[in-house]
Amino acid sequence: MLGFAVRRIALALAVALAVSAASFILLRLSGDVATAIAGEGARAEDIAFVRKAYGLDRPLVVQYAEWLSNTLRGDFGTSLYFKTEVIGLVADKLPVTLVLGLASILFALAVSLPLGILAALHPNTWIDRLCLALAVLGQALPNFFFALCLILLFSITLRWLPVSGTGTWQHFVMPTLALGYYVAPAFMRLVRAGMIETLAADYVRTARASGLSPASVVFKHALRNALIPVVALAAVQLGFLLGGSIVVETIFALDGLGYLAYQSITYKDFPTTQAVVLLLSVVYIFLTLAADLVNAWLDPRLRVA
Amino acid sequence: MSALLSVEGLTVDLAVPAGTLHAVRDVSFEVARGETLCVVGESGCGKSMTALALMGLLPRNARRRARRLVFDGVDLAAASPARTNALRGAKLSMIFQEPMTALNPAYTIGNQLCEVYRRHKGGSRAAARERAAFLLGKVGIAAAGERLGQYPHQLSGGLRQRVMIAMALMCGPSLIVADEPTTALDVTIQAQILKLLKDLQAEFGMALVLITHDLGVVARIADRVAVMYAGEVVERGTAAQVFAAPRHPYTAGLIDCIPVPGRTKPGERLGAIPGTVPALVGTIEGCAFRQRCAFAQPACASAPPVHADAGHEWACVRGAA
Ligand SMILES: Nc1ncnc2c1ncn2[C@@H]1O[C@H](COP(=O)(O)OP(=O)(O)OP(=O)(O)O)[C@@H](O)[C@H]1O
Ligand code: SF4
Ligand SMILES: [Mg+2]
Repeated sequence: MLGFAVRRIALALAVALAVSAASFILLRLSGDVATAIAGEGARAEDIAFVRKAYGLDRPLVVQYAEWLSNTLRGDFGTSLYFKTEVIGLVADKLPVTLVLGLASILFALAVSLPLGILAALHPNTWIDRLCLALAVLGQALPNFFFALCLILLFSITLRWLPVSGTGTWQHFVMPTLALGYYVAPAFMRLVRAGMIETLAADYVRTARASGLSPASVVFKHALRNALIPVVALAAVQLGFLLGGSIVVETIFALDGLGYLAYQSITYKDFPTTQAVVLLLSVVYIFLTLAADLVNAWLDPRLRVA
Repeated sequence: MSALLSVEGLTVDLAVPAGTLHAVRDVSFEVARGETLCVVGESGCGKSMTALALMGLLPRNARRRARRLVFDGVDLAAASPARTNALRGAKLSMIFQEPMTALNPAYTIGNQLCEVYRRHKGGSRAAARERAAFLLGKVGIAAAGERLGQYPHQLSGGLRQRVMIAMALMCGPSLIVADEPTTALDVTIQAQILKLLKDLQAEFGMALVLITHDLGVVARIADRVAVMYAGEVVERGTAAQVFAAPRHPYTAGLIDCIPVPGRTKPGERLGAIPGTVPALVGTIEGCAFRQRCAFAQPACASAPPVHADAGHEWACVRGAA
């Protein structure tokens, strides 16, 4: 298990490096940094001056090496739009997005695990269909619509929760419900399908034939083997939530990373975009790594790769 | 005689899209303490369903009925699921056909063996491990202590089946039901596993219900035999009775199909009874074997009578010769 973990971590680092290079180059191809720095309507000689002054005329490889070495020392440069250190900007917004993403995933799992297991224990009965109906509803309702329904109910009618902002934990309740309920159905289907399969597996029959307790049969013997695809999906979904929760962040005016990415792209704020892209892809890579490690712990057969 | 297991009029109906499949039809047999009953018959004749019905492990779409289903003084037909569950793995164990998938890939051998022991006997982890190591030795696994820490995928099929046998023995059962325990294994290993079962039975004194479609195996280890055809027991008796004087034409046909060393050349197709088993959906009128029987006569169109001769029973219009 240890050797496996070390190999996987080394691989993740290599992938992170490759992704950083690819994102750096792609971003440079998407627009001219010197023009962005010089500002809209700048004269050609001003742009040329900026290009020289910032070293943007050097080969891309050299620029990448410089950016990488700065980045590794924690220096992400200065935002062209906000005129402050990028690291400060990101450090401000990341916690909001992380809290929201993690809370949403946990909420989604808290809903989908029991429902998925329940449905799998009573397949094709009214219990199963009720769970399925809940799931379909979650997937069919547009995110923003569900969010608005939540606001109508909890903020306007019941006056229990604040509509927008990030001040207290109450501010995170509705965004978490909105995002979590949106991703829960995929988990529920996966748990249900996995549990139906493992409950029918020979080793679960062995567990029953050995007179083990129903709890052990369901949770120790069936659930563990059904969780492997769920863990992989959770990593992917969490990565998606961190980068793609712009809609929900906007509705609830949560000043998170998604909103920052949106702003930095709109204003051609290269250093900020670069930092957010790098951060999100590294987070994504390490989420995948975490999923691999958890799955290797769940299933010893996966520890050889 | 007070039998360890007494089955009378056992019926298993399965709900299938085409209607009701009568997988086991009015089956009766008894098993005494310490003896071996072999259940034989072609694929699909209801052997596994009979075993699962005894264990209370039938699939969801199955319904079990029995006039009498008593194991070790416990009326299984009336027992609550929890009562049956307490017997399983403790007094009544089962070994399955497919050792490759019968163990949970996520847990070590030791974990799985010990869980069964501690579930029924309680006690310390150390005591359970000691028992597990002792039994791994008994089933012929060397370096038992090391094996306990291994996962199923690190073991060959033959070893896994030995582990399954050890698991069945963990709590000292009085009956082991083994459903074709060697079918999935290499021929050389099949013989070893059968011998192992026989030896362990001699040592620990439990009764064995061995399901097989191989009459050669039956000849070697059975005390009693029950021959199943299309969900029914068509002939039963001691191994000596059945082999020396098979009364049912189906049994006689099966015995003729046993390969005999010297008579059967390598590569030659073994003898088989021509024809196929009737569909088990719906009711079967008369003798189920009559489409394939060389002795069929008009009387076979109604349910054949059961003849009995010193504990040897068969269901056929033809009486004792
Ligand atoms: N889950 C199920 N649902 C419906 N029918 C089933 C199911 N399992 C088995 N059957 C049918 O029940 C009948 C008896 O099956 P069973 O498994 O008891 O046969 P068997 O004698 O054990 O055969 P084999 O030697 O192939 O193991 C067969 O006709 C089979 O097709
Ligand atoms: S009852 Fe008739 S058909 Fe059936 S086995 Fe006997 S002789 Fe053959
Ligand atoms: Mg079978």
